[in-house]
Amino acid sequence: MSASGPSGDHLLRWRDRARRRGVTPTVWLVVPGALFMVVFFVYPVCYGVGLSFQGTQGWSSAYRDFFADRLVNNHGSRRSILITLELALAASVVNVVLAVPIAYRMRGRVRAKRALIAVVLVPMTLGTVFVASAMKEFLGPSGWLNRALLGIGAIEQPLPLVGNVTGVLLSLVFTGLPFAFLLMVGYTSGIDPGLDKAAAVCGARPAQRFWLVTFPLLLPGMTITFCLSFVLAFGVFPSATLVGNDAGPTRVLSKVAYTEYSYGHYPTASAAAVVMAVVQLAVLGLVLSARGLLHRGPTTGGKG
Amino acid sequence: MTGRGCGGALRIDALRREFGSFTALEGLELDVPAGEFVALLGPSGCGKSTALNLLAGLLDPTTGTISLDGRRIDRLPPEQRGIAMVFQNYALFPHLTVADNIAFGLRMRGCPKPERAERVRRALDLVRLRAQADRYPRQLSGGQQQRVAIARAVVVEPRLVLMDEPLSNLDASLRLDLRTEIRALHQQLSLTTIYVTHDQTEALSLADRLVVLRDGAVQQVGTPAEVYERPANAFVAGFVGYRNSLPGTLTGGVFDAGDLVLRVGGYGTDRPAPGPAVAMIRPEDLLLVREPAAGSGNEVPLDVRVCEYQGRGFAIEGSGPGGQLLHCRSDRSFRPGERAVAVVAPDRVRLFARPQTETPTPDRALPVDGQPS
Ligand SMILES: Nc1ncnc2c1ncn2[C@@H]1O[C@H](COP(=O)(O)OP(=O)(O)O)[C@@H](O)[C@H]1O
Ligand SMILES: [Mg+2]
Repeated sequence: MSASGPSGDHLLRWRDRARRRGVTPTVWLVVPGALFMVVFFVYPVCYGVGLSFQGTQGWSSAYRDFFADRLVNNHGSRRSILITLELALAASVVNVVLAVPIAYRMRGRVRAKRALIAVVLVPMTLGTVFVASAMKEFLGPSGWLNRALLGIGAIEQPLPLVGNVTGVLLSLVFTGLPFAFLLMVGYTSGIDPGLDKAAAVCGARPAQRFWLVTFPLLLPGMTITFCLSFVLAFGVFPSATLVGNDAGPTRVLSKVAYTEYSYGHYPTASAAAVVMAVVQLAVLGLVLSARGLLHRGPTTGGKG
Repeated sequence: MTGRGCGGALRIDALRREFGSFTALEGLELDVPAGEFVALLGPSGCGKSTALNLLAGLLDPTTGTISLDGRRIDRLPPEQRGIAMVFQNYALFPHLTVADNIAFGLRMRGCPKPERAERVRRALDLVRLRAQADRYPRQLSGGQQQRVAIARAVVVEPRLVLMDEPLSNLDASLRLDLRTEIRALHQQLSLTTIYVTHDQTEALSLADRLVVLRDGAVQQVGTPAEVYERPANAFVAGFVGYRNSLPGTLTGGVFDAGDLVLRVGGYGTDRPAPGPAVAMIRPEDLLLVREPAAGSGNEVPLDVRVCEYQGRGFAIEGSGPGGQLLHCRSDRSFRPGERAVAVVAPDRVRLFARPQTETPTPDRALPVDGQPS
């Protein structure tokens, strides 16, 4: 070392220090991603937020217009917040509640699981628009389902399954459930099956084993699945337009923002988008802070 | 918990379990009086866990019956059998504290809260984990976690305790401590216990009775001393420390292994009929010396390959006549490649009739120069 002279020594120490702080040559691999994030995410977000403060009558006028329902067509934008919240919350609750038992039944059955995952991936690849159009055909007033039910005399009027909140909810569940299921399969497979056996020999009946052992261990996964489902459902608007009624009962926030944009009202459009983000962050914050009160440790017993 | 012995009497009849066409356990017969500690001993994959899971109700038997205190339990679900189990990987509930883990079984049995707290406290004292009561399993060491699992099993005063290799995830010194603790606990509580292990010293030191298994079939049932001193066949012998096995032919008092001839005697009665046989010798009975004293026993020339220091003496591995791998002991060190003589008394050679396939450790020595033969 001493032979390399003071300057070489100095260089070495500088590199060592950098390395100790985690700065290694591989740091450069982060640069493209970081650059991409800045150009296509951070900057647009800042720009949009900035735009929302440039209303025609002072910095807060876009928000005042938004909350006073003074947007295009005088639609109730406060009502839109509630509609979007209700739809997204209902869809993500339904998704999680349906996904957990399926995923739980699938744990350990490798072949059945693989087959089901393949089947379940199909609706995900179809996308919302395709699913919504198919639903219109199938569930509409003159669709197969209603015609069949009318035919066998089970109903007298066609069931109103599209063109309203039910339609949007069905579409959100249809596209969101596979996603929730895939996430939950990961969590249920991560639970040591030995714990269920241990609970059984401790005297717990199947229902007790689920509620006292499996369920608490699944809660963190359910929370994450809920959050992601919620975010996905919150922003979707093709289904609200196609199988809902975006002039009234399913006028979601993203539709409001879109309408404003299409009329060239950029500050109010941005304000609507900011409100969307704030509402989502508030819900996620609530859910995640509640999660903090729950168990967050490993889902397997012991170290083995 | 009070030491009055609440264990039940277990009876296993023709218990058999198949996985497809593969028989994991065939015809297990066992009568365990209340309070006895029985060890199932056998190499990995011989069906020990299968047997235990059948007893616990985690697997259904193909045929056979299990009764506890005279009552058939083999068709009951695990939660109704009144059995407790300790798992190899502890299987503690990670979201419950130590105390809640131990209380779990009592809760399931509807034990009232004040009594529950008292019994959990006593169980914690029993495994010396009073101070850790409010910790979570992940905050404990492996040995502490397994002690919690043991406490969780014994706190419900089960009529039968099952333990599936409870020590094999622990390091050596901890394993020794916990082994003693399990023995002490059993002496204190006299719970009927079935203990599964692949470790012969563990089985010998813990159990009142051993069941040696191989490929799902029982090889020998007996006290540790019986199994250790009078193994029923070459497989059991190989498992309880007879590491050297020499196939050959027995005629009169002489065992002929081709390249070497041993005088045999002593064990007398359980010597097999003349014919194909296998001679088995413990390394401790095969003493390596440079120059043998006259008339000290059978002398086997040996090329030393490996010499390990073991504190009390040296463990030496070498190749005997015909390249036969031999393990022996000495109180002196040898250099690899050195030529020496292994001595074994005629009455320390155990003989078994040789079935065609039964050679437990068929390892051939590498030649001294290290080239594979
Ligand atoms: N669920 C199963 N399906 C098929 N084979 C199994 C199953 N469980 C165990 N086996 C086989 O049965 C044999 C005995 O297994 P096991 O009882 O776990 O052995 P061990 O003595 O090591 O505990 C092994 O050969 C194993 O491959
Ligand atoms: Mg096993």
